[in-house]
Amino acid sequence: MTDIQTRATAWHEVVLATLKANDVSLIVYVPDRVFTPLIKAIHADPFFTVFAATREEEALGIISGAWMGGLRAAALMQTSGFATIPNALASLVVPSQIPALIFVSERGTLGEFNLGQALVCKTMRPVLDSLAVENITITRQDELAFVVDRSIKQAIATQAPVTFILSPLLTGGKVFEA
Amino acid sequence: MTPMQTGAIGAHNAKVMNRFDLTKRLVGQLKHEEAVIGGIGNANFDLWASGQRSQNFYMLGSMGLAIPIALGVAIAQPRRHVITLEGDGSLLMQLGCLATVAERAPKNLTIVVWDNGIYQITGSQPTPGAAVADIVAIARGAGIASSAWAADESEFDRLVASALKGGGPSLIAARIDSKPAVGTTDRDPVQIRERFMRGLGVRGG
Repeated sequence: MTDIQTRATAWHEVVLATLKANDVSLIVYVPDRVFTPLIKAIHADPFFTVFAATREEEALGIISGAWMGGLRAAALMQTSGFATIPNALASLVVPSQIPALIFVSERGTLGEFNLGQALVCKTMRPVLDSLAVENITITRQDELAFVVDRSIKQAIATQAPVTFILSPLLTGGKVFEA
Repeated sequence: MTPMQTGAIGAHNAKVMNRFDLTKRLVGQLKHEEAVIGGIGNANFDLWASGQRSQNFYMLGSMGLAIPIALGVAIAQPRRHVITLEGDGSLLMQLGCLATVAERAPKNLTIVVWDNGIYQITGSQPTPGAAVADIVAIARGAGIASSAWAADESEFDRLVASALKGGGPSLIAARIDSKPAVGTTDRDPVQIRERFMRGLGVRGG
């Protein structure tokens, strides 16, 4: 992954390159402002099949089906969207042992301006921990490729989902224009 | 316009049929290891009772996600036809997926909706809109042009045969009675998932 780390200049380029290196070619998302450069770059790269779903749990269903059909797939969402998927995690992904790859753009902390986002953020890690779903908060770009690459490999090898929580410390977050 | 597009009949002119009978008719037409995704509850149970195939996936939880799962399988395996069996209550929980399916337009995806207007498995409470909503009209409005009510069993057979030719996505809705399912699935998600993946040729053996 050293090549990716040295060549890439932005966090989203590292994520894109790491997905490609691991042959994760289907990306389903519900949009997020902070993830916009990543989503744009994925759309621009013919390696990927990429589209929006209407809800985050729908995206989880699609990537679960794709994986069972032999295609590696990831879902992108923001914190509030994560709060809509615990049932899909607890009754499909976790008991079926499906290595769903979930990327969450973290809202609700480090300068949040929306109280609803701040509260829903507090539910995310307890939900993941209670389901024993691997979840990793990534704050540093120098660790990004290593963490994502190794964790995708672990998810597939152990048939377990993984959630990557991309902190504003990594992405810059969504800035409140006061 | 094909018969499916004209949609000569509305929901209330369709004959009330039986889910297990129609499930057997559908499975009887499958000759090419087509994948079948059974939605939660009775859709699943009658699929199980119709004869277990390793290309069947029996969804045990995650109500509403049978169609999204089927879409994922259809994208991953474009040469295999994928059919999903879903109840009206489950579909109402995840209507947005019809727009997603229409936009992706997988030729190899067929959605079958069993509409009895009730949440049969929880005590037969009426589904919202049971008396007024028309699932075929909703599907067409979402962009799935090839959507139709099956007027009777023989038309159901014809609609299935037409859908399996691969010009999808298509949606077939059938009014069904409230008879309970004939069997129940085993409830071992890992075994179901693993067998399904072997059935799709994703795993060796």
